[in-house]
Amino acid sequence: MRRGALPFLAWIPRGRGTTLAVFIIRRLLWMIPVLFFVIVITFVLMHLAPGGPWDREGKQLTPQVINNLNIKYGLDKPLPQQFLTYIWGVVHFDFGDSLRSPGQHVSQRVLESWPYTFTLGAVTFLLLVPLGIGLGVVAALRQNSVADYAALGLATAAASTPNFVIGIFLIIFLALGMNRLTGGTFYLPTGGMPQPFNPFQVELIMPVITLGALPTAYIARLTRSSTLDTLRQDFVRTAWAKGLKARLVVMRHVLKNSLIPVVTALGPTFAFLVTGSFIVETLFSIPGIGRSFVTSISGRDYTMILGTTILFAVLIAVVNLIVDVLYVFIDPRVRLSD
Amino acid sequence: MATAIGIVQQVDWDVPEQTGLWSDAWVRFRRNPLAVAGLAVIVVMIVLAIGARLPTNPGGLWHVLHLTGDPVQQEVTNTYALPSLQHPLGTDVLGRDQLSRILYGASISLTIGIVVQFLILIIGGVIGMVAGYFGGWIDNLLMRFTDIMYAFPDLLLVLVFVAAFGPSFWSIFIALGLVYWVGLARLVRGQVLSIKEKEYVEAAIMTGTSPFKLIVKHLVPNSLGPVIVTLTFGIPAAIFTEAALSFLGIGIRPPEPSWGVMIEDGYAGIFADPRQVIFPGIAVALTMLSFTFVGDGLRDALDPRMRR
Amino acid sequence: MGQILLQVEDLHTQFFTSRGVVRAVDGVSLHIDAGETLGVVGESGCGKTITALSVLRLVPEPGRITSGKILFRGRDVTKMDDDEIRDFRGNDVAMIFQDPMTSLNPVTKIGFQIEEAMTAHKRFSAGLAKGRVVELLKRVRVPAAETRVKDYPHQFSGGMRQRAMIAMGLANEPALLIADEPTTALDVTVQAQIIQLMKQLNRELGTAMMLITHNMALVASLCQRVVVMYAGRVVEEGPVEQIFDSPQHPYTWSLLRSVPRVDEARKDRLVSIRGLPPDLVNSPAGCKFHPRCPFVVDRCKVEEPPLAEVAPDQVARCWVLMRNARQEDVDAAKTSALSVEAAQTLKAQAKVGGVAGS
Repeated sequence: MRRGALPFLAWIPRGRGTTLAVFIIRRLLWMIPVLFFVIVITFVLMHLAPGGPWDREGKQLTPQVINNLNIKYGLDKPLPQQFLTYIWGVVHFDFGDSLRSPGQHVSQRVLESWPYTFTLGAVTFLLLVPLGIGLGVVAALRQNSVADYAALGLATAAASTPNFVIGIFLIIFLALGMNRLTGGTFYLPTGGMPQPFNPFQVELIMPVITLGALPTAYIARLTRSSTLDTLRQDFVRTAWAKGLKARLVVMRHVLKNSLIPVVTALGPTFAFLVTGSFIVETLFSIPGIGRSFVTSISGRDYTMILGTTILFAVLIAVVNLIVDVLYVFIDPRVRLSD
Repeated sequence: MATAIGIVQQVDWDVPEQTGLWSDAWVRFRRNPLAVAGLAVIVVMIVLAIGARLPTNPGGLWHVLHLTGDPVQQEVTNTYALPSLQHPLGTDVLGRDQLSRILYGASISLTIGIVVQFLILIIGGVIGMVAGYFGGWIDNLLMRFTDIMYAFPDLLLVLVFVAAFGPSFWSIFIALGLVYWVGLARLVRGQVLSIKEKEYVEAAIMTGTSPFKLIVKHLVPNSLGPVIVTLTFGIPAAIFTEAALSFLGIGIRPPEPSWGVMIEDGYAGIFADPRQVIFPGIAVALTMLSFTFVGDGLRDALDPRMRR
Repeated sequence: MGQILLQVEDLHTQFFTSRGVVRAVDGVSLHIDAGETLGVVGESGCGKTITALSVLRLVPEPGRITSGKILFRGRDVTKMDDDEIRDFRGNDVAMIFQDPMTSLNPVTKIGFQIEEAMTAHKRFSAGLAKGRVVELLKRVRVPAAETRVKDYPHQFSGGMRQRAMIAMGLANEPALLIADEPTTALDVTVQAQIIQLMKQLNRELGTAMMLITHNMALVASLCQRVVVMYAGRVVEEGPVEQIFDSPQHPYTWSLLRSVPRVDEARKDRLVSIRGLPPDLVNSPAGCKFHPRCPFVVDRCKVEEPPLAEVAPDQVARCWVLMRNARQEDVDAAKTSALSVEAAQTLKAQAKVGGVAGS
């Protein structure tokens, strides 16, 4: 039924709104089995792993102590029972105690490191999306120009240089090479992050570049090819034939269409930021979730690993859901199936 | 602005030459200088990496060119040596020859990057074919499983796998295979589904013939191009993941000189000698870049939609 | 007829490709009078679409107008600066494209796309433009125009989209509307409706029309004058009835013979033109049509004929002319019609080998 057929009913949430609500609820419900299997997979893998949380380098704990610790944390019980206990806890938002930081809840540890990861990720995201789109659009509009080749070359190089290499090269260049020029502004990772942490400190420059290089390149390449595709479309010729100003042709007709695929790329971009945080936080000694995850892995801190994995899985699912909903609003052709 | 942008309606002027897909693709691939350069770098690197694993033959050509050496032999009196005839890229903190270590690292990176693609091909290919061929609940189950795999960020899952299997070459190898098959499975499933819709296959199903052989027969030539492209782009991803794991101290362990291990070592001593990081850093970036160029070239050469 | 509206003089538009220079439009001259409907016909790739795009300076890369004049009311379009050409497009001359499915922006409302054509120019104020949208959609017979202005293109059928395109073209009351194969992409019944509509609009509004098509029937029902193009050149031109009654160029004759006619007993077989349109990079010497011409004489192969007057108001580019052709040659050409299968093969080859452009 077309809108406007019954004008006095206009205030009732019409087909699309209801469909959208159903769609969102279905997706949220679908997250439950996904999370369950994420926990199963991680749980099984963790317990397959050789070694355990009580291994220490240097002086080892006595078997008596280990036994007591196992009893204390329930690790002496059979695996299925441990699993059920854990799931029961998760349902009640209790993610257990960290095994390597006695007496600390996993949620407490995660909350402590969250501000670092979030700040770094948010600053990077807010910079990289406009930068990537801008580079891509400029490259496409000036196809085969010097600017195009420069942007494309930079994007390709950034996309195929590991972020830890970029980070280390930045350190060599900015912190070591130009130390005198910059007056030691650029923070050397050995010193740790200065406190209190805020999104505008210069120390964030190197981590942000390191974290953002790959997703920026990804978005720029995608925007460029999508814009080139759109420029060839018939409706762009129609827009020129109307006598529209170049600016309007580009903004209203080219970009409005070419940025639609870029929106879908925001999901993977977010995943890049998550995995990037493992490396960047380790590299720059930022006490965020990424670094704590890496240390938990090597320390066999089962509860921390599980808790962090659940957090990342939920975040990624939510971001993907937001992207899909956004898509409906951006592209009128998209119909949600229910 | 109007003149600068111009109007980019594409007109297909070039008449396609009637040649086979593969020779045609090769012609187009050769026209892409970056792809050709990438392929050349890769070939040279493979030759050098094989050389690095060959038993050292004193006085032989490789030995004279300093292309083989013992990557773990230490010269404690000659640490952080500058490049010389003896050590073309200098030595590291323990006096080990950097060039030998980089070439040895190349053998690890290239082996992982390339060989793991076969594992991905087997896992992803089988799952994709089974899902596409049987359809119904099997397809549903397998596709929901790939959805769950998508819920994990790649590196996180690899980290957990490697942690589970213990740090070694083989555990990285298997972990990469178990994580990176998802994209290929979807690709193959899509191809099988589209072939199943073709009239001749439907006809075969209706006459009661098993369509399996027919599908396989058409699947291979139809999907070979996209599969090769996907796997080629998988190579730099795998090389990156191995290096990242080793850098994080979870992958290959010292003293075996993987590039990631060398970067981690060099990073620890970055103030003493940045070269320790620069050389392996360039090696891994160059390798990944070369594979990306080759992948771009292959995609443009094999994608029928790009054919003019 | 009335005063000359558009005069194209010796237009050359060339595409600079890796294969060489494609002479898509090679010395075309034509004119359209105010209120007149002109048909431009020819096979795919004969340069008719590129001629039309040249008039609006919308020739795609890597093409360029290399020489010639395009005078609209005495002003040379080829010499306009960016602002002038922008204001010329859609205001003085509007264009409708072949495929309505791809010619509308999929993510913008139909109404806005029409409104935008007006706000791009100063003829109508912003407020007036908004009100005119519904009026325009009504004029092109879009039912329930008041509600449909808020629809997106995917909610319109093909025929409705082409109506919207026409409404967009008429928005600024241009003096000339160029329609490039406006019905080719549509169903036959819808085609008839669109033709009917264009006929009516021409009568009501007095807008001159340049109709680009390969469909002779369409020309017969809509146009007053026709220009026949072959290989980037005009080969024949004249009033429609005269051309249909006594075409003088063998190409025009063949084109007409390739269309089934209702008013004629089917005693003759349809003629399909043998061979392929020439390669516009290395076109043949002499008359461009001679390799395919059933009436070829030696002179055709070396010297290109000029566009000469063959009857009052009618010009043709031919050494032989149909009225001088020997009757046995004409009969032979009529009976040498190809089998349907062979004709289709040729057509398919022409699609692959010929240059795209229409």
